[in-house]
Amino acid sequence: MLSACFSWPDKFSVFWNHVMKEMIRLGVKSLGIVILMSAFMGGVIVIQTNAAIDSPLIPAYTVGFTTRQSVILEFAPTIICLILAGIVGSSISSELGTMRITEQIDALDIMGVNSASFLILPKIIAAVIIFPILIMYSMATGLVGGWLACQSLDNISSQTYLMGLQWYWDPFYLQYALIKTAIFAFIITSVSACEGYHASGGTLEVGRSSTKAVIYSCMTILLTNYVITQLLLL
Amino acid sequence: MIEVKNIFKGFNGVEILKDVTFTFEAGKTNLIIGQSGSGKSVLTKCIVGLLDPDRGQVLYDGRDLAAMKAKEKKAIRTEIGMLFQGGALFDSMTVIENVEFPLQMFTKMKPNERRDRARFCLDRVNIKDKDGLYPAEISGGMQKRVAIARAIAMQPRYLFCDEPNSGLDPVTAIVIDNLIQEITQEFNITTVVITHDMNSVLEIGENIMFINKGENWWVGDRNSILKTENEEVNNFVYVSKFMSQFRDQI
Ligand SMILES: Nc1ncnc2c1ncn2[C@@H]1O[C@H](COP(=O)(O)OP(=O)(O)OP(=O)(O)O)[C@@H](O)[C@H]1O
Ligand SMILES: [Mg+2]
Repeated sequence: MLSACFSWPDKFSVFWNHVMKEMIRLGVKSLGIVILMSAFMGGVIVIQTNAAIDSPLIPAYTVGFTTRQSVILEFAPTIICLILAGIVGSSISSELGTMRITEQIDALDIMGVNSASFLILPKIIAAVIIFPILIMYSMATGLVGGWLACQSLDNISSQTYLMGLQWYWDPFYLQYALIKTAIFAFIITSVSACEGYHASGGTLEVGRSSTKAVIYSCMTILLTNYVITQLLLL
Repeated sequence: MIEVKNIFKGFNGVEILKDVTFTFEAGKTNLIIGQSGSGKSVLTKCIVGLLDPDRGQVLYDGRDLAAMKAKEKKAIRTEIGMLFQGGALFDSMTVIENVEFPLQMFTKMKPNERRDRARFCLDRVNIKDKDGLYPAEISGGMQKRVAIARAIAMQPRYLFCDEPNSGLDPVTAIVIDNLIQEITQEFNITTVVITHDMNSVLEIGENIMFINKGENWWVGDRNSILKTENEEVNNFVYVSKFMSQFRDQI
């Protein structure tokens, strides 16, 4: 089915319109929750790291350093993507599942539209473009959240935190995180789209397919995360 | 003209269609009638290629559907208009966008030409001032009519209507029946109408196949159906009080 999905769209203008719409639906509409979660996550990481390394031997800027590493390498790309798998994955698979059982997909096929490419490809492309942007927002707000948390702690000043953030920075970390995100975006959209597209039966099946979509995308993300990290960060 | 030859189709070991053979003629309204569950929708889906028959052939003006390459199949699909039993309008598009959609995908029409054509089709099914509404915001009968407008928007050569007037009041039902017959004759379309409404049968039944338990049971037209000796067809036609009184008179 993926091969049918990657065939050239029937009409490019219509296709591009869809990509734009999906970007708004998948990306912009998830921005709020992503920012909220990231800010709190950053704050909590700061407080926990600070509590854990309460030793005079470890410099205070370690808190900033640790926060940056965990937010950029793991929390923003992986954890937020897992959450997006829940939000976006279930919405994609229930949308396509409903279209399947109400014969809307058959109607597309009958007209001669390649329904797989028409419905799925815009979602995949939109997600692969918009998720990395979302994740960059998530990183930024995570770090800001951490900085806000610093204000409530006595033993670490803003300056120390900011110094920690910049300590031993390698731009490849960002690349690694964004590559990861793009791959996760592909996984989430393609897995959930497949689940929905192949739903059959009634509304119960649609519900079941969206549950499966979320579970399968999360599993695949966790596994892929492990593999990518092994490959890229060795 | 569409020829169906010796079609068999089963699901999970249960045979639904058993050796159906029939010719749907061009320029005529061809009816498939039969009881609920007799296999009418499955047969239509086999004809248009949404389901693959287990055995048998479907010929569109002599061209075998199963033997066609992807490109030819695609070409023939742009010549098919289909009304699904449930309407199958796209939820995410408004009424007018639904009707414009095939035009947008497969013609080089400009946006205002598309809009004019879509308005014209909606006019023919008596839908006015509903352009900007979504399918969920109009009534079931209206959805059905919008779906008909979408099916005829591309001026198809082959038109399939699965119960075009179920859920419509008698007045609108006749309007739709007549519309289907009109465009069939006007453009020499091969039209296949699935129905179990006797009014439609008598109104537009020029070539009728009665399907019973998945078999082609009886073939005729709106005149011969009233006089047939076939028991199952008689039970189907004269089941209502009105129709049985009508039989006593003739
Ligand atoms: N996808 C499917 N899987 C399994 N069985 C099916 C499937 N589609 C249809 N059937 C079975 O095929 C039989 C015929 O169904 P079909 O939808 O063709 O009936 P119909 O003649 O159109 O009836 P109605 O007038 O109620 O629409 C039914 O018994 C149905 O259970
Ligand atoms: Mg049916």
